[in-house]
Amino acid sequence: MDKKIGCYICKGCDIGKSLDVDKLIEAAKEKGVAICKAHDALCTPEGGDLIKSDIKNEGLNRIVVAACSNRVFPEMFEFGDDVMTDRANLREQVVWSHPANDEDTQLLGEDNIRMSIARVNNIEPPVPYVEETSKDILVVGGGMTGMTAAKAAAEAGYKVTLVEQEEQLGGWATRNKQVFPKRPPYQQLEDSGVGDLVKAVEGNSHITIHKNTRVAKTVGQPGKFKVSLTNGGSSEPLVFGSIILATGWKPYDPEKLGHLGYGKTPDVITNVQMEEMAAKGEIKRPSDGKPIDSIAFIQCAGSRDQEHLPYCSAVCCRVSLKQAMYVREQYPDAKVYIIYKDVRSPAQYEMFYQYAQTDDNLFLTKGEIAEVRTAGDAIEIDVEETLLGEDITVRADMLVLAAGMVPTTKVEDEEVPTSDAAEGETKPEEGKTEDGKKAAESSEKGARILNLTYRQGTDLPTLKYGYPDSHFICFPYETRRTAMYAAGAVRAPMDFDTGINDAYGAALKAIQAVEAVAKGAAVHPRAGDLSYPEFMMQKCTQCKRCTEECPFGALDEDDKGTPLPNPFRCRRCGVCLGACPERIISFKNYSVNMVSKMIKSIPMPDEFDEKPRILAFICENDAMPAVDMVGIKRMQYNAMIRIIPLRCLGSMNAVWVSDALASGYDGVLLIGCRKGDDYQCHFIKGSELAEYRMDNVREKLKQLVLEEERVEFHELAITDFEKIPKIFDDFLETIERVGPNPYKDM
Amino acid sequence: MAEFEPRENQITADTLVVGGGIAGMTTAIETAEVGKHVILLEKTPSLGGRVVASNQYFPKLCPPTCGMEINLKRIRINPRVRVLTLADVEKITGGPGEYDVQITLNPRYVNERCTACGECARVCEIERDNDFNYGLDKNKAIYLPHLMAYPFRYVIDPAFAGDARMKKCVEACAYDAIDLGMQAKTITAKVKAIVWATGWRPYDATKIDNLGFGKYDNVITNVMMERLAAENGPTQGKVVRPSDQKEIAKIGFVQCAGSRDENHLPYCSAVCCLASMKQATYVRERYPGAEIHMFYIDVRSPGRLEDFYVKQQGDAKFFFHRGKVAKITEVAGSKNLILEAENTLTGEITKMEVDMAVLAVGMVPNTADAPPPLETPLDDFGFIVPGSENGVIGAGTAIRPLDVSATVQDATGATLRALNLGNRR
Repeated sequence: MDKKIGCYICKGCDIGKSLDVDKLIEAAKEKGVAICKAHDALCTPEGGDLIKSDIKNEGLNRIVVAACSNRVFPEMFEFGDDVMTDRANLREQVVWSHPANDEDTQLLGEDNIRMSIARVNNIEPPVPYVEETSKDILVVGGGMTGMTAAKAAAEAGYKVTLVEQEEQLGGWATRNKQVFPKRPPYQQLEDSGVGDLVKAVEGNSHITIHKNTRVAKTVGQPGKFKVSLTNGGSSEPLVFGSIILATGWKPYDPEKLGHLGYGKTPDVITNVQMEEMAAKGEIKRPSDGKPIDSIAFIQCAGSRDQEHLPYCSAVCCRVSLKQAMYVREQYPDAKVYIIYKDVRSPAQYEMFYQYAQTDDNLFLTKGEIAEVRTAGDAIEIDVEETLLGEDITVRADMLVLAAGMVPTTKVEDEEVPTSDAAEGETKPEEGKTEDGKKAAESSEKGARILNLTYRQGTDLPTLKYGYPDSHFICFPYETRRTAMYAAGAVRAPMDFDTGINDAYGAALKAIQAVEAVAKGAAVHPRAGDLSYPEFMMQKCTQCKRCTEECPFGALDEDDKGTPLPNPFRCRRCGVCLGACPERIISFKNYSVNMVSKMIKSIPMPDEFDEKPRILAFICENDAMPAVDMVGIKRMQYNAMIRIIPLRCLGSMNAVWVSDALASGYDGVLLIGCRKGDDYQCHFIKGSELAEYRMDNVREKLKQLVLEEERVEFHELAITDFEKIPKIFDDFLETIERVGPNPYKDM
Repeated sequence: MAEFEPRENQITADTLVVGGGIAGMTTAIETAEVGKHVILLEKTPSLGGRVVASNQYFPKLCPPTCGMEINLKRIRINPRVRVLTLADVEKITGGPGEYDVQITLNPRYVNERCTACGECARVCEIERDNDFNYGLDKNKAIYLPHLMAYPFRYVIDPAFAGDARMKKCVEACAYDAIDLGMQAKTITAKVKAIVWATGWRPYDATKIDNLGFGKYDNVITNVMMERLAAENGPTQGKVVRPSDQKEIAKIGFVQCAGSRDENHLPYCSAVCCLASMKQATYVRERYPGAEIHMFYIDVRSPGRLEDFYVKQQGDAKFFFHRGKVAKITEVAGSKNLILEAENTLTGEITKMEVDMAVLAVGMVPNTADAPPPLETPLDDFGFIVPGSENGVIGAGTAIRPLDVSATVQDATGATLRALNLGNRR
């Protein structure tokens, strides 16, 4: 359909007072808009009515609102699916941050309108990618978390398949005598409720349960995961929309705790063994069945220990207090010693700790363990650095090591296939995969739970210590594998109650994912986005950059290396678009061509001394709001900068830099989020990729015989608005030193 | 999307969320993104609650406003979220599947014609304590709550709406956006479920007599420290002593200030250890040579947050002392502070002089004195006890002290609990 553009210029908030509006209108008209009007305040109902009536009477289908930032009142400028709107920022980024009635401020305002017109001229309404999809949900792991997730999703009306590798549901909870209290007054131990939950899950007609079963292979994409289950034989793959991983934890290998006495005598056991003993009915000394007179617990056994598990397993302090209560209930005279580094009983669990301390036979000692040895039929523990300042020796009949939790996604080093397999060159034994897969950099090598056939690895990418947790504090369910959510102790060390809560959260996200996919919409963080990348495959050179760089593993590839897109895995960041040297990847409303046209839409002044031109590509989530805040705070910045916001700096295609320099811009700035271990990019590697592409850019600069200094990269947080004017000024200084772009006049 | 005043007197939705902090925002957005309708009520003039007043999150030391920007974008573009600010819940009747909620919308005195141009504040002569900065500075009686405020519109402090000097603001507004005669309005919401996410407030440190807050200028609280370190705070991110704006050479962090203490808050607020260690990094970033002393009972850094503790232990001038600070006194003249810490076992007292002390005060649930107006079990401290089938569903720190990540996780779970409860009938 032909584009018919209406451009509306707001005169409010000092825009009309600071800029020559007639000249803005003239600039817009030169760009071929059908209508261009000014209004005193477009954000008022009258302003909205003006635009709506023009759309109706004049058949406008593209609107440029030249007013305030697109972060303000976007809902007022929504005119239906067929009308695409863009905002040219004249307020925060022009009149609030530059001198009024100044030639350069005026040119900046005109250019913002020109770029906005170029944008709407080169976008189309997205047509969602829709196929028939399944809304069924697969839950892997039948412990408290997995069962709760299954039940929660089933109650919401979804069909759930629950897979458990053991012959019974229930997981660790079935082996617990009791759990620590979660209800006021937070004193009495409680039943875990696992029995009722098993019954509820087994009796729910929406839940299909497969026991003694594992996932052999997961092929495909959200809405269409084809999952082969195995319980010895093979079966037809089932189709699911989304997946919840709730495979829980395994105990840290106690054989590694020899320094704490494990293995020296059967009377040194772990907290897991203690729980099992208590659940069976009676606590007695393992070696001879003798009743307990004294028992010691060593906290952080192999935890908070750089040689073993550097992290804290979060539950062990409370578990030991609980197990101390078991002992004291059975033996009214027994003494219990708990040796700890810090007692961690957060929130109202502090009341449980306080209650436990009311027992006069419970002795809590802060200290470091120097030695554990057997002495006759007893165990002696030397404790150093106690609070009393002296070293003590604790003598007990029996010792419990409060050992930590290891996620089931953690692959022990010795289990990892060595040599070429670790490099990802050989294919897994079970089943032939469709693609040449390679372990993702951040996932556990050798993980075999979901057995994904993704090019980037077989399972969920993990953070430190093998936990497939979210990297983001604000978004604990943000994941690099679309429509797969980890919940419970596999995601992070946690107690049953937290796991149950987590199950609800993961179930909600799994439901959201199947609903979004059915509509062809993106999930977080661009939730609802209907655009998706389209590939002009005839021109693909099989360079594999897109398949390697996609942060979400959305692209597999065939034997030749041609990308095989999986649109339902896509999160719409545009990293593939930035990666492609052949420029064959485009979204309907975001493309290499669109940005190129924006770059070229502005006139290039030839008087360099007074009017150099800098192009800044900036992240729209962090750097863009930060620039707005410069305006809101009425700080000033240089008027030579032209800004193009990107979905992610990782979507920056190196050709744009060439376009900019070939068009006469004197320099190019790239501003993205913080990278490194604590990266802030919600598309994972935006800044990293942009910096990596700087190599290409340098190559291009060399070809053009231009100085390297003409392109500069910066990391910027949303709160760094104070730094912006200086970044701009410093770069302009550099450019002044380097001199004008020689291509300016060509 | 935000509304000032719904045109209807009765509105409907699947879920009503009370509280517009990170928990309530999360529940509201997650509900809307699953395709359901939601009403999000916030008592103050803008969303964001306690987190937008924080400088950085532990352990990544990233700004809360980054995630807030994403969340606000999700709210702005989602037509299934209705945001009502300055809203109070007066009365709730009914039960799961059919609640009637009476809501008062308090006057903002600024209507939807406001463009946030700021002309009114420029001419406004009245200053007030800036509550966003915990009173560390002043702002005008007509103000934008903060840089990321949503809705992005001005508001008048109700204490000054009747002040004759406000007329000047009315005259300055080119958009007829100020209405000093605006009245409160009552509306009814018909919803299937209610999520209560009213969050927390810092414990009133003036109640901890022996720690000198309110008496000594250089004793501040952890929430104030967040504002001092923030670029958009009262000192533009300079961490200096309140008494004389002096740079910090030696600072003390006082853990469990009123927490784990039966005279104040018997429970642990779960985040303060990590918050203080995070604030130590603010000090370190600004003062590479400063001494940092933290007095604690137990350092609580669960899970992988242990890594953050380990990292801080690597700072040679960050000293950890086990012991609870029992008393703070001021040194006359220098306004330095003497911290007296007691070893809980030996009773031994250690004294230390510092430039400035930060009290790690705990979280008090807002439900403690403003419980949901519907029978809802609360524990002795005022937290909502989860699991009530007929009352409201608590989320986030309304249930227990939690850090941000755990709060968001809890609020996401509450989303589905609410939808399932609402549809059970």
